[in-house]
Amino acid sequence: MKMMRRVTYSFGALALFTAALLPACAQISSQEQSTTPVIPPDARAEKNPGAWEKLQIPPLHPFHPGQPKRIELKNGMVILLEEDHELPFINGTLEIRGGSRSEPASKIGLIDLYSQAWRTSGTTTQNGDVLDDLLESKAAKVETGGDDNSTSVSWSCLKQDEDQVFHIAVDLLEHPAFNRQKLALAKQQDIAGIVRRNDDASGIASREAAKLVYGADSPYARQPEIATVMSVTLADLQAWHDKTVHPNNIVVAVSGDFDSAAMEKTLRDTFETMPRGPAWKDPDIPVPGPTPGVYVVNKQDVNQSNIWIVGVGTRRDNPDFYALAVMNEVFSGGFGSRLFQDVRTKLGLAYGVSGGYSAAYDHPGLFYTTAATKSESTVAATKEMLKDIDELRTEPFTEDEVRIAKDQLLNSFIFRYDTKEKVLSQAVTLEFYHYPPDFLERYRDALEKVTVADVERVAKKYIEPSKLAVLVVGNQTGFGNPPLTSLNLGPDHPIDITIPMPAAMRQQMMGGPDQ
Amino acid sequence: MKFPIRKSPSPAQWLLILCILALLAPLSGFAQYQAGLEKRVTVKKLPNGLTLLICERPEAPVFSYFTIVDAGDANDPGGESGLAHMFEHLAFKGTKDIGTTDYAGEKIALDKLEDAWTAYDAEYRKRVQQDQQKLKELKAQFDAAEQAANKFVIPNEFTQIAEANGATGLNAETSLDATQYFWSMPSNRLELWAYLESDRIANPVPRQFYRERNVVQEERRMRVDSSPIGRLVEQFLAVAYIAHPYRRPGVGWESEISQVNATEAMAFHRKYYVPSNIVIAVVGDVDTTQALPVLEKYFGAIPSGPSPEPITTIEPPQTAERQVIIKDASQPLYLEGYHRPDYRDPDDAVYEAIQDIFSNGRTSRLYRSLVRDQQIAAEAEGFSGFPGEKYPGLFAFFVVPNPGHTPAEMRAALHKEINRLKTTDVTDDELAMFKTRARADILRSLGDNQGLAEELAINQLRYGDWRELFNQLKQIDAVTKEDIRRVANKTFTDTNRTWAEVDYNAPSQAEARPAAAPAGGAK
Repeated sequence: MKMMRRVTYSFGALALFTAALLPACAQISSQEQSTTPVIPPDARAEKNPGAWEKLQIPPLHPFHPGQPKRIELKNGMVILLEEDHELPFINGTLEIRGGSRSEPASKIGLIDLYSQAWRTSGTTTQNGDVLDDLLESKAAKVETGGDDNSTSVSWSCLKQDEDQVFHIAVDLLEHPAFNRQKLALAKQQDIAGIVRRNDDASGIASREAAKLVYGADSPYARQPEIATVMSVTLADLQAWHDKTVHPNNIVVAVSGDFDSAAMEKTLRDTFETMPRGPAWKDPDIPVPGPTPGVYVVNKQDVNQSNIWIVGVGTRRDNPDFYALAVMNEVFSGGFGSRLFQDVRTKLGLAYGVSGGYSAAYDHPGLFYTTAATKSESTVAATKEMLKDIDELRTEPFTEDEVRIAKDQLLNSFIFRYDTKEKVLSQAVTLEFYHYPPDFLERYRDALEKVTVADVERVAKKYIEPSKLAVLVVGNQTGFGNPPLTSLNLGPDHPIDITIPMPAAMRQQMMGGPDQ
Repeated sequence: MKFPIRKSPSPAQWLLILCILALLAPLSGFAQYQAGLEKRVTVKKLPNGLTLLICERPEAPVFSYFTIVDAGDANDPGGESGLAHMFEHLAFKGTKDIGTTDYAGEKIALDKLEDAWTAYDAEYRKRVQQDQQKLKELKAQFDAAEQAANKFVIPNEFTQIAEANGATGLNAETSLDATQYFWSMPSNRLELWAYLESDRIANPVPRQFYRERNVVQEERRMRVDSSPIGRLVEQFLAVAYIAHPYRRPGVGWESEISQVNATEAMAFHRKYYVPSNIVIAVVGDVDTTQALPVLEKYFGAIPSGPSPEPITTIEPPQTAERQVIIKDASQPLYLEGYHRPDYRDPDDAVYEAIQDIFSNGRTSRLYRSLVRDQQIAAEAEGFSGFPGEKYPGLFAFFVVPNPGHTPAEMRAALHKEINRLKTTDVTDDELAMFKTRARADILRSLGDNQGLAEELAINQLRYGDWRELFNQLKQIDAVTKEDIRRVANKTFTDTNRTWAEVDYNAPSQAEARPAAAPAGGAK
């Protein structure tokens, strides 16, 4: 579930172009206190302090963002309201439990098709094309979406259009009119994506890496195929809608330039009469973890290998999550992290380097280490990455490393709640996953208490190099010597990424049997 | 912008005008937000020529900054493509007092390293009588000199200071037009930021330059060599432009980024990173009266220098259609472009209108025609100012064909839509939607520190006045249907067109790709 998604179309072409044209420096992400600048540990002589070390850091202005107002209707719907009067906009989301991890294996792609056709079809009184014209004339958006565990209707508009735009969102929720042509259009779009999915090496790598960890048929890794997309019917869309759209499965979040009391009344008037439905039950999905070994996707038209070393990560409700967050920061959290320093700065083997023992809210995340390096240095880079992973267990964490990692996390912590939109988004996420509402404060307090011993302990407990799989997507003829077998992880297993395709379609598109 | 003489509107036209006004009316409160912003923004041009903008937005105790240097890869000297981007990477490597254990000693080691590179490079580039043994020795000497210089390095200290002090979204971008640096930080770190940012502008050191060069080559492999779209764009631009530096890839040609040296990077810095060529905007929880003296202290200390001379080359008018056909082991793609003037042109807002009407959302013409109705394309859009806006760029179209449809079909469908724009007026609704969206977009941009810092800095740099952010709305409001037809007819002509397509070619016939694909010519 991605909360408070910005309501935009996914027109990818410009983004692709920007990526092709804007050489950017390494992207790094991380997430208040103290009186002097934090100084990283270094070899600098005590007698030679930098002038910046003497700067005074004044106390940070006190900041206590108000928590959203929470309302629970008798029918189980939860509403969260966050007033924000800076600009004359209102943004809202109706987040509905249930997503692609619950779709049948024979109809993978159902949720994606549902979330497209829902909006493009429109309602029983206004079809999607009419809605497009109406909304665009107001620079407003109403969109539907879906991901692995939720679907949504969201809206964004100037406040004077709120009544009308909100009405459209509710109309979509209550009176969808799934349309045959719009479903066909969505299928066409998805099939276009399926047919192109092997053109992007990094996309192949992240997809296949997830399959290695969760299993090729796991709802967290499986991919739509032409056949599964084609099998979805209008009745499937309506059935999914009827199964999931019940007030007790919905979290409503609204932020922007409104009065909470008036907004509460509107929402109550709109939703209070909806009858409660059966509670949503998420499936239990086992996570087997990878079969260790080396896996290779041979791709002839590249001169760079995408390397992923993967295993199973953890959940956010793991009591060790906080110590693992600090470990992650030391391992891969920024320019100064072990992985970045080693693979990129010291060895110059890669531009894109990242990793982490990641945590999801209700299932294990991925433990991954990834880099893209020229074909010839594939083996050297893989060895270096394996070494860095191994050293999480063997190279003791220093006081300085842990202090810096905690400073990075804590000093940037404010950016988790520096806008009203983020505060609301966080509250909705916690509500959705049944986490305590003060999770963020607990997170912060727990981070502050993490010690070197804690990090040592979790690294030894969770990092198991023998349970990892190595995936390389690259041009095998360019790997050179020593070969992949020098990793001593056994013979490499080729992965076939041929796209299953009806013969007639293959003939028309490719002019032959090769894919 | 030219103002055509208009007749008095007929009653029917009045009705239309009223409809349009009604659509725009919801945004009549716009002026209030503009006035509110004007009160919170302070512009200060320092004696050394650097321009500072401060915008107070005390929503939370944080700030974001955006530094823009008016030099990008279009300014790379001949034979040194990718240099602006290479320098951007260097700007993260520290300064004379950050990132080193002893700068005096390091300086000597770096000078030796540069000498070692020069000697190696001279032998390497010999066209005849290259001495392999000598080359090996020179490479060994270079490696030893690099190791000696590395002994002084505190790796990534600059970025680590920033990150340990809460910097988030720390990054930089180099386009063909400009180089920009940015991050966000807790607001009590403003002085520390001013120290760091002014220090790296004034005192960069070519530290670990040759190691970073390898990183940049990996960036090229990722963005260009190993990406079908990257390869398409590189070939397309090399053909669409014959003289202007927009013809070169921003990341640089492989043969040049593998040979560029630290002396060249520092020369680029000396020439282009002069204060008069730089605008910096800070937005957030900042008290202007307290902050301005602090910023003046740090940024005012950067030594001034002569403003760099503008680029001489002007792309000559295109006189014939150009075509590129790439046979690749990837699915078909189609890209087409027409030369247009730069962003200062009076018709700039008209191009924006055309872009919006062609491409913005589900009501756009290309979506409705190629994607929704004909169902021949998965994506189709037109966009202005590609690959840049500072110099005359292209109005480009990018189309992703659906399975079973060819680039030639995309070309035909696209030309039909372009032709419609040339021969028939756009509707009142289309024009009104464009104007309404433009206003709403500007308004939305005011609610985000980083986005606002970027808008303020870019507008100040481009127009000498950040208020152009709003003034452009006047130009947008003035766009007429006649303007759109006139500009479409002027721009979208056969001889002003370059197109490039990727045709699927089975991989069994494709050889492993060489490190740098040879440049393809016009066909």
